[in-house]
Amino acid sequence: MNILVCISKTPDTTAKIAFTEGNTKFDENGVQWIINPYDEWYSLVRAIELKEKDPTTNIHLITVGGPEAEPIIRKALALGGDEAIRVNSNSNDSYVIAQQIAAIAKQGLYDLIMTGKETIDYNSACIGSMLSAILDLPFVSLANHLEMNGNTATIQREIEGGEETNEVILPMIISCQKGMAEQRIPNMRGIMAARTKPLKVVDPVATNAHTSIKEFSLPPAKTGVKLIAPDQMDELVKLLKEEAKVI
Amino acid sequence: MVLIYIDHSEKEIKKSSYEAISYGAAIAKQLGCSAEALLLGTVNDDLTALGKLGASKVHQLNNESLNNFDAKVHASLIATAAKNLNAEVIVFAHNINGKAIAPAVAVKLDAGIVTGACSLPNLQNGFEVTKTVFSGKAFASIKIETPKKVIAINQNSFGIENYELSATIEEMNLPIPTASVKVTNVNKIIGEIPLTEANLVVSGGRGLKGPENWGILLDLAKALGAATACSRPVSDSDWRPHHEHVGQTGIQIAPNLYIAIGISGAIQHLAGVNRSKTIVVINKDPEAPFFKAADYGVVGDAFEVVPALTAAISKMKHNE
Repeated sequence: MNILVCISKTPDTTAKIAFTEGNTKFDENGVQWIINPYDEWYSLVRAIELKEKDPTTNIHLITVGGPEAEPIIRKALALGGDEAIRVNSNSNDSYVIAQQIAAIAKQGLYDLIMTGKETIDYNSACIGSMLSAILDLPFVSLANHLEMNGNTATIQREIEGGEETNEVILPMIISCQKGMAEQRIPNMRGIMAARTKPLKVVDPVATNAHTSIKEFSLPPAKTGVKLIAPDQMDELVKLLKEEAKVI
Repeated sequence: MVLIYIDHSEKEIKKSSYEAISYGAAIAKQLGCSAEALLLGTVNDDLTALGKLGASKVHQLNNESLNNFDAKVHASLIATAAKNLNAEVIVFAHNINGKAIAPAVAVKLDAGIVTGACSLPNLQNGFEVTKTVFSGKAFASIKIETPKKVIAINQNSFGIENYELSATIEEMNLPIPTASVKVTNVNKIIGEIPLTEANLVVSGGRGLKGPENWGILLDLAKALGAATACSRPVSDSDWRPHHEHVGQTGIQIAPNLYIAIGISGAIQHLAGVNRSKTIVVINKDPEAPFFKAADYGVVGDAFEVVPALTAAISKMKHNE
């Protein structure tokens, strides 16, 4: 089985969110970059587990980004991928990114294309769905369980207030979230092996962006907490009812 | 025309779709065009009543097989319907199914898309929509550069407006593509309010010390009619199921009321809940960072405060 795992570079979850150039650019000063947690913990680790069960599985990683994305993709290779592809393009537009991944996917005869449920920076949750339209493949999103049986995938996906089990014949696209796998730490052997694994850099295909970011802003700060004494719960209920008007 | 996709489950229209209709109707008003809804499958709801939310028509593809959600099939039908009806803007709720299909529909229509939208479009310099980014820690104003637009609106960010309309129902006939997904089992937790649809949420953290102590939280949730949630350490320790985990790597929610019990308020947790309209924090540590993000705070022992709050809520409900 051939798996393509989509990897995105995002700021660390504790990064300070600030903007520069008249609030038009994310301030990257002092930011630690990580693999988008959904891509790493759930999608990539599940792909590695599938390879551990069936060693004939090939895992390719793809990222769309500049050379600064290479430490992230090397870390992903250290966790387990066989080889990586970096499409040398920097874009914030989901459509452009999906077109780059689709161009590679079309060449690769992949049985399974895996993404995280969304990135933690732009939270667009677009890539998997867009790939399904461009490649005309089935798509199951927000999956928290995946088992393979020949060319049939059995998937559990989140629905409002529960779970649904889906069966899909490969090839397909899946977006992964919590429950799919457990976070792993790369071991020394993996880190050493990653240094010599192939990392191919390819030029982007020409595509026009459909959107552009005009301005960032931060939410207004809370005006300050109103403290209520622990023995004044009637007062808290009154405030929630009459002042906040939420109950 | 603004076309709003109606999402449903178990023959019931989802609450998030009601909000999407009102949001779509408000955009239609801005653009001076009609707001019409699109339903794939069958529901028990009275469709003419969708007029009250602002839809003048409901286009229905009346076919039971579409009650099973299949992202590929649904996206394809929505895109075809949008083309046939010549829709300029297509609106989705940014809920579980909306996330799976709105971007695919955008690709099929060559439309730019904004997901996680939280404002009406600003039409002063083209068509700009504000969305949440960095998991709720910031906003970005996104310009859609294409003639057709797709917007997926964040849940509980616009509200519902009242219109004096009665929607007409128009049956649509489109060939149904072959199913790509077989739904073999649906497991809904009966009697629980889905977290993403909840107006009121009661959430617990490590401060509750163990799963055996969740009774006081469940009692409070029951008294309020609230959904229950938890912090990441709690779901990681299997004290509570994964689907209750709210935060940056869990579910992001924006209820009217979020009551956090024994949660310190790490930045990753705040990212998942800071769009809540009102936040109440109950924590015995006065230095807990969550108090800085709260509207109301109680510094005290959860094991005393929570039952007292439950009693006060019950008393208030009893007097109503």
